[in-house]
Amino acid sequence: MSLDPATVRRIAKLARIRVDEAQVGQLQTELSGILSWIEQLNEVDVEGVEPLTGGAQMAMRMRDDVVTDGGIAEKILANAPDRAGEFYAVPKVVE
Amino acid sequence: MSMHDLTLAAARDGLRARKFSARELTGHFLAAINALNPRLNAFITVTPELALRHAEAADAALARGEGQALTGIPLAIKDLFCTEGVRTTAASRILEHFVPPYESTVTANLLRDGAVFLGKANLDEFAMGSSNITSAFGPVVNPWTRQGDNAPLVPGGSSGGSAAAVAARLALGATATDTGGSIRQPASFCGIAGIKPTYGRCSRWGVVAFASSLDQAGPVARTVEDCAILLGSMAGFDPKDSTSADRPVPDFVAACKRGVKGLRIGVPREYRSEGMPAEIETLWQQGLGWLREQGAEIVEVSLPHTKYGLATYYIVAPAEASSNLARYDGVRFTSRSDGADLTELYENTRADGFGAEVKRRIMIGTYVLSAGYYDAYYLRAQKVRALILKDFTDVFRKVDALVTPTAPSAAFAQGEKMDDPIKMYLNDVFTVPANMSGIPGLSVPAGLDAQGLPLGLQVLGRPFDEETVFAVGSALEKAAGFAALPALRAGGTP
Repeated sequence: MSLDPATVRRIAKLARIRVDEAQVGQLQTELSGILSWIEQLNEVDVEGVEPLTGGAQMAMRMRDDVVTDGGIAEKILANAPDRAGEFYAVPKVVE
Repeated sequence: MSMHDLTLAAARDGLRARKFSARELTGHFLAAINALNPRLNAFITVTPELALRHAEAADAALARGEGQALTGIPLAIKDLFCTEGVRTTAASRILEHFVPPYESTVTANLLRDGAVFLGKANLDEFAMGSSNITSAFGPVVNPWTRQGDNAPLVPGGSSGGSAAAVAARLALGATATDTGGSIRQPASFCGIAGIKPTYGRCSRWGVVAFASSLDQAGPVARTVEDCAILLGSMAGFDPKDSTSADRPVPDFVAACKRGVKGLRIGVPREYRSEGMPAEIETLWQQGLGWLREQGAEIVEVSLPHTKYGLATYYIVAPAEASSNLARYDGVRFTSRSDGADLTELYENTRADGFGAEVKRRIMIGTYVLSAGYYDAYYLRAQKVRALILKDFTDVFRKVDALVTPTAPSAAFAQGEKMDDPIKMYLNDVFTVPANMSGIPGLSVPAGLDAQGLPLGLQVLGRPFDEETVFAVGSALEKAAGFAALPALRAGGTP
């Protein structure tokens, strides 16, 4: 598996990580190397095997659909890089 | 006995007998941190005032005769556990100034039982690494060095700060987490004990998430019994974690004294990897001999999908990480790099805030989950993961526990294995299968290599049977009589 530069740029875009043009080559090499290595899984016969989705060998619990928390806007916003009143603030997204 | 030499259990007895106060004990460890942390970098944040406040509360409780399991015991907390009002960084620039408004369940359990928190231990960034090299706050130095060679060695990772702090006697124990070996491999590299319990045994609530189906909290400490004391406090059902196991916490300390007579111990032939140093193979055989002498039966078994564990891990873990780390967007968690629009703000924040290894894993995860590739990578990996679990399920019908080496090498030097990510990943070849299958695994220091570096043996057990794991681990510990100490330690020659 060898990724082309366009694919590296596309993955970076999907991951919302800015990748400078100068980094593309190195990332291409590293990511291609890792992907080639994990392709050894193609030799495993997985015919009819159910995928294992989680670490816990048990069914998910249900809980009552009730409010258990809230009213702590100040605590939560204490870590916000920018805020406006009781809201997180971001650059304008709608003209 | 000097305070340097105390195990956690001995310190607890000393506190209860009023041989020393919690304040004295805490002051001792704070002084040790002050003296050695500049060289070891085991702590990202030290909290002396908070520790002394905890200690005073502990002394008051002890005076009232209300000592709990850990009253007055100074611990290091891996900086992946959210601690209310105390900066929690995950060793990442992106969380450099994050102060959680809540306490993780595991640390809350330790505080409930009277523990004293000395500070937040260094780790690989977001727990991604096997050498503690990826921390944004600089690497941790292993307190051990090779004989006649002062080259700084890595402490293993990702819980490298926790392991180094305990090995250098800067804390009586520490919390750690293990996603692919991050408790057991650093324990092995630093000559201490550490257990990753069964997935679901400790709540993940309030632990910065890396790969949610693999992450599990556990303790590192100088002895197996100390780990049992700590795990007894950390474990327990938590309704706030949907994968927390609703079952009682057994008496792990009592389990340490059970012995191994009549137990069947499996030796997986696939763990005899090519290129493994002969002294690790020798130590492994010696460990099996010790168990045989104590009445266990040794049985060769097969775990045929072992060799696929790492490749499976490097699909599942990055996939989950790419989702979990999506939350670091420059809007909620303190760090922001501005951009012309919101998308640029995200991209700049994440480019500046994440280190190279974290970015690589997010990008691998993004790729294997992307349209057109999901079935070929992620779904296939989940199927292989099912086969790895089946290997263990089949073997645990025949044996009560497995014994293997913890890692394929002793601690290596900073700079070694750094040129190729895959070489670094191979460190976790013996530890990853326990995460893939959710089973408990413990590392116990068992001997030294020819260069004088510690080597660990790993005990794996059935899901929720940490008791047998502790019994076997204690038997190995007793027989090994591991008494070697690192050169760089509190109370050692400077």
